[in-house]
Amino acid sequence: MANAAAPTPKANMGPAAPRIDARLKVTGQAHYPSDTPVGNPAFAVLVTSAIARGRIERLDLDGARAVPGVLDILTHENTGDLNDVKFGHGSGTSIEDLGPEIQQAGQIIAVVVADTFEAATEAASGVKPAYSEQTPSATFGSQGVTQEDATKVSPQHKHLPQAGDAEAALAGAPVVIDVEYETPTQHHNPMELFTTTCAWTGDRLTVYEPSQFVYGLKNGVAHRLGIDPDKVRVVSSYVGGAFGSKGTMTPRTAMIALAARRLNRPVKLVATRAQGFTIATYRAETRHHIRLGAARDGKLVGYSHEGFEVSSRPDAYVVAGVEDSAQIYAFGAVATKVNIVHADRNTPGYMRSPPVVPYIYALESAMDEMAQKLGMDPIEFRRVNDTMTSPIGNRPYSSRSLMTCYDQAAAAFGWKDRNPQPGSTRDGDWLVGYGCATAVYPTHTGPAAARVRLKPNGEARVQIAAHEIGNGAYTVIGQMAAERLGIDLASVTVEIGDSRLPPAPVAGGSNTTASSCSAVLKTCDLIRARLFHAAVTANDGPLAGRSADDLTLRDVQIAANDGTGESFADVFKRMGVAIIEEYAEFVPNGLKPQAIADLYAGKLAMVGGSHGEKVMYAMGAELVEVRVHALTREIRVPRIVGAFAAGRLMNTRTVHSQLMGGMIWGISSALHEATEIDPRYARYVNDNLADYMIPVNADVDQVQVILVSEVDHDVNPAGVKGLGELANVGTAAAIANAIHHATGIRIRKLPIRLEKLLQA
Amino acid sequence: MRPFVYERVGDWAAATQAAGRLGSAPASYLAGGTTLVDLMRLEVMRPERVIDINALHDSRYGRIEFGQNGLRLGALVRMADAADHPGVQRHCPVIAQALQLAASAQIRNMASLGGNVLQRTRCTYFRDVSYAACNKRNPGSGCAALAGVNRMHAVLGGSDHCIATYAGDFAQALIALGASVDLISADGARTIPFAKLHRQPGDTPDQETTLRPGELIVSFTVPAAPWTRRSLYLKVRDRQSYEFALASAAVALDLDDGAVREARIALGGVSTVPWRAAEAEAALRGKTINDQTAMAAADAAFAGAQGRGHNDFKIELGKRTLRRALRQAAALEI
Repeated sequence: MANAAAPTPKANMGPAAPRIDARLKVTGQAHYPSDTPVGNPAFAVLVTSAIARGRIERLDLDGARAVPGVLDILTHENTGDLNDVKFGHGSGTSIEDLGPEIQQAGQIIAVVVADTFEAATEAASGVKPAYSEQTPSATFGSQGVTQEDATKVSPQHKHLPQAGDAEAALAGAPVVIDVEYETPTQHHNPMELFTTTCAWTGDRLTVYEPSQFVYGLKNGVAHRLGIDPDKVRVVSSYVGGAFGSKGTMTPRTAMIALAARRLNRPVKLVATRAQGFTIATYRAETRHHIRLGAARDGKLVGYSHEGFEVSSRPDAYVVAGVEDSAQIYAFGAVATKVNIVHADRNTPGYMRSPPVVPYIYALESAMDEMAQKLGMDPIEFRRVNDTMTSPIGNRPYSSRSLMTCYDQAAAAFGWKDRNPQPGSTRDGDWLVGYGCATAVYPTHTGPAAARVRLKPNGEARVQIAAHEIGNGAYTVIGQMAAERLGIDLASVTVEIGDSRLPPAPVAGGSNTTASSCSAVLKTCDLIRARLFHAAVTANDGPLAGRSADDLTLRDVQIAANDGTGESFADVFKRMGVAIIEEYAEFVPNGLKPQAIADLYAGKLAMVGGSHGEKVMYAMGAELVEVRVHALTREIRVPRIVGAFAAGRLMNTRTVHSQLMGGMIWGISSALHEATEIDPRYARYVNDNLADYMIPVNADVDQVQVILVSEVDHDVNPAGVKGLGELANVGTAAAIANAIHHATGIRIRKLPIRLEKLLQA
Repeated sequence: MRPFVYERVGDWAAATQAAGRLGSAPASYLAGGTTLVDLMRLEVMRPERVIDINALHDSRYGRIEFGQNGLRLGALVRMADAADHPGVQRHCPVIAQALQLAASAQIRNMASLGGNVLQRTRCTYFRDVSYAACNKRNPGSGCAALAGVNRMHAVLGGSDHCIATYAGDFAQALIALGASVDLISADGARTIPFAKLHRQPGDTPDQETTLRPGELIVSFTVPAAPWTRRSLYLKVRDRQSYEFALASAAVALDLDDGAVREARIALGGVSTVPWRAAEAEAALRGKTINDQTAMAAADAAFAGAQGRGHNDFKIELGKRTLRRALRQAAALEI
């Protein structure tokens, strides 16, 4: 029987190789950062603020100090010498001090260090702050929030997409919709908590911390501490889930490093689940005002999208997903705007598919509403507006297979049986609805460097500071080396997640496979060239005098097309070398060579997506069936079918896992997930995994992933479009659209909980 | 968490003596620990002594017995064992279902029945000690939930001092079936109706039960009755497993040729205590269950309900849940 988890590769797809770290992970042998043994550690526990805005007037530490085993307590009074590392310059937030100013609920105000975790925990509850408190502004609509135009304050978004005269187009359109949508606050809640272990050897610091960007963290911590970045090493061999939350430096790291320096002893922190809601980032709530105009035949003529996003008081974090939404259909005229609303909150940050999750939810819901108003099938409506050219600047897509995805998904789903009339299908007490939406994610590629060593017996070692966040990085990087070096994957050792290795970009923007594999490919090609040269220039070898162009590496041999070959061992012997080792830097088209030096310094630039002469996107189509109980209105998702195209797929098993997991997260976004905020206190109320709802197994029924072949020579040398953040985009809209189809009720605010369907 | 003294006791007498020791520090009994340990970590509960009664498990208090008087469930029976018990499933399906639909498999394996009925509320403002206002945790401090995030809070049995929901499921089955609870303390044994165990918050929400200091639950007795076979537990919630009820209904019916001879109804997820819907039961007596009579019973059950904003929907949802449960129970083939 076919194994759904390991799909048979189609054209331009790599094998379904099992993860090379799978056994380590399921047997507990994979060491996550907090598992790494350090000698005689002291244990840190954080104390966080119960108020969101105000000032610490006094900090009574007597009770904490009285607990036996307490070694040190860090507060704003003894940590003021740390350098500022502001938001956007290596830190995920500008709220990085322990006070006395309080700018968010749950701000770290003290770090208690003790001989045991238990003593530190007990002592932490003995830290008694006295605040002068001001009324905080919690979110949209709260008194005291300020609003500004993102193009004025965000360096990455000085120009948002515009095309033609959208107002005129909408005014003249025969069919118009004018709708508003809302998405909630969400927190990543990776299984692995936020941990940091710091150990000093003389003036050298080692940080064990789950990180999606070890070079960023290494440089950020060094700047904060005022030491040479080359004296800091960050080790993050495995990350137990991240989803963006471990991509930027948080305030805790420098504090633990400082505590370890003060005690001259390793210090280990494992923050609590509740603290994770406030000491790191999150997906902020958004609002959207969308207008679409169309001709009666379904051709869109105008699209206007104004977004509103919450950020913290000092920082202008913004995702501005109109950057992507504006590219994906033949809209005609386009007008976009994004507003940042500053509240007394922790600074938001990257969370899986940051720009497109909220903005594509809004657009794909609006597309469904427009199809409904036009009386068109929602898939046919998208076909009418499919395009190989972005409406923004008429730039071509490097490749695009959206309608192929829809066609394959629709066939597998049985979409043709859908009765277009909302509320028309019923099975016993359950109302049945079908819905669809487009998934889309910008293809990003960044600079990266790699070192590869090959031995004459065909064993290889690949070194690159990429990140294993569950994405399968170890495996696909190893696959690329195995393929280019003509050896088995089992012969490749992959070393990643350590800032002593050549740098790779942040594991964000779904660039890891594209960037790292491009760098590994380039490095392996240097080794190939040396081997080919040695083989063809030999005086007496079997391949002497051949053209290097006719050679490849296969089965631990330099091989010619006619079957002639020479073993690695023989060529190495002739070369007089024990190993061959190469280092190469890969800089994608569109970036300056300086990009690698910047990456070594922890500064990252990436290309792709909506920028550049061609627009580059991975795409997919998601079709869902929902069932809504006629009386009590529980919502079920018995099946979901997604078809996706993303250039070359390195490994159909890891791809399947990413896409399936993405759609499950999409179910969560649609029906379950939301961080509730008490507006009186600007505090998160459900800051635990019991009350922060995510689907359990019982909520996830049939999830079918279809891989669609696609070839793209423009995106990067590896031909890879990242897809780690593809499948959770659009799912919420597909489910909302299906709920409308089932019930006739249009819910425009996520998550869709049953009370929203009770009124009818 | 704070330091505490851990004591393990081997018999009931030792347990109640340990807890009731005159002038001794505050003590808590430990069975499954699924509520107590959580709340100790959160510093909501701060016992100075923890008295582990799990060693009693092999005594008759860990057994499930059917006798002439009905079903007897020992307090140290684990939720999973009662849920999986064929006799319980056959004779009192509402009990088995209420337990099976509660929590997760891991918790059901740990949690005892005695502890289950005493589980504390999930109210955030109670569980997070950094909120100043919680009358249940700190009498007289106020109630942050009244004007706070109260989607999960109670619409029945609340007061201006507390609207925290009773989170359990099993208790609804017990109260619907008219169970009694056997108690023991250093002063001796007594038996009270299960319906008298929990107290509505009134102006003393810190006092959740009528248990005396140091008193322990020994067992529950569910009287044999003609309605126990035609019974069920319907739980409506935000996801299909491992989640508390938004609204639930425990229903047991004794039908005479389709007409209700006796209806037993309890409501969960909507009330501050396990809630017997006596008005709804009365409304159904002598009637056939159909859409109209079910709706009238549901209206009667929620006549006194009061929403506080986010939880307003629970009134309508609770009614619909009861209507659905009544229709399903009436249609059961037994």
